Amino acid sequence: MRQVDVVEHAHRPLLRERLRASLRRKGSDALEWLAAGAAALALVAVLGLVALLTVKGLGHFWPGPLWALELRAGAGAGDTLLGHVVARREVPVAQLREAGRDPGPGSAVRERLLLRLGNRDLGAPEFRWVLASDILEQHMPPSATVLERSEWGPLFGYPLALRDGDVTQVDGDGPALRAALAKALEATAIARERLRALEQGPLAAASTALARLPANDASGVDEVLKTLAQLETERRVLRAVVDRYVLRLALANGQRVEQPLATVLRAYQPNALAFPARVGLYLQRLWDFVSGAPREGNTDGGVFPAIFGTVALVLLTAVLVTPLGVLAAVYLHEYARQGPLTRLVRIAVNNLAGVPSLVFGVFGLGFFVYVLGGELDSLFFADRLPSPTFGSPGLLWASLTLALLTLPVVVVATEEGLARIPRSVREGSLALGATRAETLWRVVLPMATPAMMTGLVLAVARAAGEVAPLMLVGVVKLAPTLPVSEHFPYLHLEQKFMNLGFHIYDIGFHSPDPDATRSLVFATAFLLVAIILVLNLAAVILRHRLRERYKSLDT
Amino acid sequence: MPEHSINVQALRRAPAQRVSAEGAALVAERLSLHYEGSAAPALDRIDLAIPRQRVTAFIGPSGCGKSSLLRCFNRMNDLIESCRISGSIRLDGEDIHGPAVDVASLRRRVGMVFQAPNPFPKTVYENVAYGLRIQGISRKRALDETVEKALRAAALWDEVKDRLDDSALALSGGQQQRLVIARTIAVEPEVLLLDEPASSLDPISTLRIEELIYELKTRYTIVIVTHNMQQAARVSDMTAFMYMGRLVEFGETDTLFTNPEQRQTEDYITGRYG
Repeated sequence: MRQVDVVEHAHRPLLRERLRASLRRKGSDALEWLAAGAAALALVAVLGLVALLTVKGLGHFWPGPLWALELRAGAGAGDTLLGHVVARREVPVAQLREAGRDPGPGSAVRERLLLRLGNRDLGAPEFRWVLASDILEQHMPPSATVLERSEWGPLFGYPLALRDGDVTQVDGDGPALRAALAKALEATAIARERLRALEQGPLAAASTALARLPANDASGVDEVLKTLAQLETERRVLRAVVDRYVLRLALANGQRVEQPLATVLRAYQPNALAFPARVGLYLQRLWDFVSGAPREGNTDGGVFPAIFGTVALVLLTAVLVTPLGVLAAVYLHEYARQGPLTRLVRIAVNNLAGVPSLVFGVFGLGFFVYVLGGELDSLFFADRLPSPTFGSPGLLWASLTLALLTLPVVVVATEEGLARIPRSVREGSLALGATRAETLWRVVLPMATPAMMTGLVLAVARAAGEVAPLMLVGVVKLAPTLPVSEHFPYLHLEQKFMNLGFHIYDIGFHSPDPDATRSLVFATAFLLVAIILVLNLAAVILRHRLRERYKSLDT
Repeated sequence: MPEHSINVQALRRAPAQRVSAEGAALVAERLSLHYEGSAAPALDRIDLAIPRQRVTAFIGPSGCGKSSLLRCFNRMNDLIESCRISGSIRLDGEDIHGPAVDVASLRRRVGMVFQAPNPFPKTVYENVAYGLRIQGISRKRALDETVEKALRAAALWDEVKDRLDDSALALSGGQQQRLVIARTIAVEPEVLLLDEPASSLDPISTLRIEELIYELKTRYTIVIVTHNMQQAARVSDMTAFMYMGRLVEFGETDTLFTNPEQRQTEDYITGRYG
């Protein structure tokens, strides 16, 4: 017994030691797993978000098939439907019973389809839920046609005939009708574009000229009136071309309608499209979205003004915040005597980053718009008062507000960059007879540019994603014109503008038809993320180049 | 310690009067330097006359003040806020702390090369041209000429003549240090201050720097701080031994190394401490 005891005693510390070692090993493993898990979670979250936006956003433009559905009698008005399947959802039977529908026997859930039926102007709702069990028959008629219209959304139907004025040009569906339709659409589009150019260009100019002429200048008035009459004739001719063609269609329920081509932007048969043509059409629709202006209260059309507004805002913000932030950092780090005061300033600047952005918006409105803008108006634009020029929210004030908002990141990043520059390089410059300012300008600041770019990247990302303060200082739901024009001063800083972030909020939450804009929200969000990515990538590449230049300095 | 100036006079075989102003390039008189917050002065009443167109070495153990003294000569210590200087330094008889003296132009006359090579992150050419550009010289021909001349003087031209537009940071450590010397002599200083210029270099690069110093002394007054006593013995004409902020002994290098007057000097050069 005794012997065994001794042996045990001898082993015990060893065992304990081993246990502790293994625990230590496990401890480190557990931490590693935890850290890896956190990193993976973050990655999955980000990738998931991007994937969701990409799929849902980019899917919006895919010309999907048009389904013709035969519904069970009594399932709802219009027993034959024609439309896109937008969503599929499972719905519990109990919910259907509560709604007063008889789901019939079977499993506890039923599949429901959300159909986009188009034809908003023809009375029936554009979107409709249909129970899959109510569908008796479904097929994809090849002649089913989508007409994208500038008003009332798309029209789905079967083309019957094309009318040119009072003359029926082609009767009966077939390749002849499609060819004629394409030609007519092209002619209409050209005429429409010329009409728009005429109305916004010479015609508008002539009207303005007439309004400005003094009343006693009879000959002048006569001349302008003559030009106006001439332009008016031209306009009538173009209008007639635009209004010339009318397409006769049959709807799903057999109803006949006549659709003037004046408002038709595009026509295609999604069920008859070959894959390459479908891809081509997809790209065209995508391009229309990126390059076009919004229509129908932002629920349709493109987002180009919002893209332009966002990019202009971000660039202007960067232009404003960089010199301000860099100079502030240079003063704080290079000139100011380090002490409690500089520390206080630094803390204050850092805390600016924690102020809710809406507060910046309120400040921007109160100070920039009303005080500065009002002052500017009374000094330089007094003749236009009481209607404000700079005294109302606009691009300049929004950029200044965002510049203030992003100032801390630029200041902090630049200061860090300045602190990293070795003293020996500064001394080298000073020892050659350079003054402090020359050293700063020729050696220190160039070497701090990568750090400044880092600050700028962060500032740009923040500015591009900001919405709340912008609503107060210049962003609007729909801006009639871009903040640039061919008229002096080309860049109109006082104008209100559109913004992708606000656009998302607007179409997502203020749209009359949320079903119609849901996928647009994703598409716009995807676009915003893509733009931020591009802006950041540009800055990162630039920074990388600068870093390469100063790379071996640290060694 | 007035005997030091006498030594210089003897050395230069110059007339006895006004040696400190005419015979020497740099003269320090009762120069003291205090750092705020430390009780002992970093430099304690230094009297020293540095002869023209000769190499003067400062030796002594770490922290003895030799670098601080060197940095006084081009007022590099101005950059250190906690530093207080008393006494005077005269460059060609003119007080460098005088109210009429512009620090930038003083530093142009008294160039400095630092311990570690500190080229600017610019091209080789722009590094050498930097001092000239500061002075507002931007004519291509004048710059080209000076850059070549300076690089030749620094014995670097042959190695970099095809790489003038490469980054200076791509050069080796020894080349960088010679580039920094070229950069310094491009502005035609009168005095070259070298603060342990070879301490971060390998033996071959060190040898090249020493050869360079030997060549340069025909045109410049050179003051070199070094840890390495062999180096001081090899390159310098005059040597000053410093200890605890005081100048212990100053004399001709041969004399100082073979027959030092002070006990402390002897202890140091024979390796008994330091």
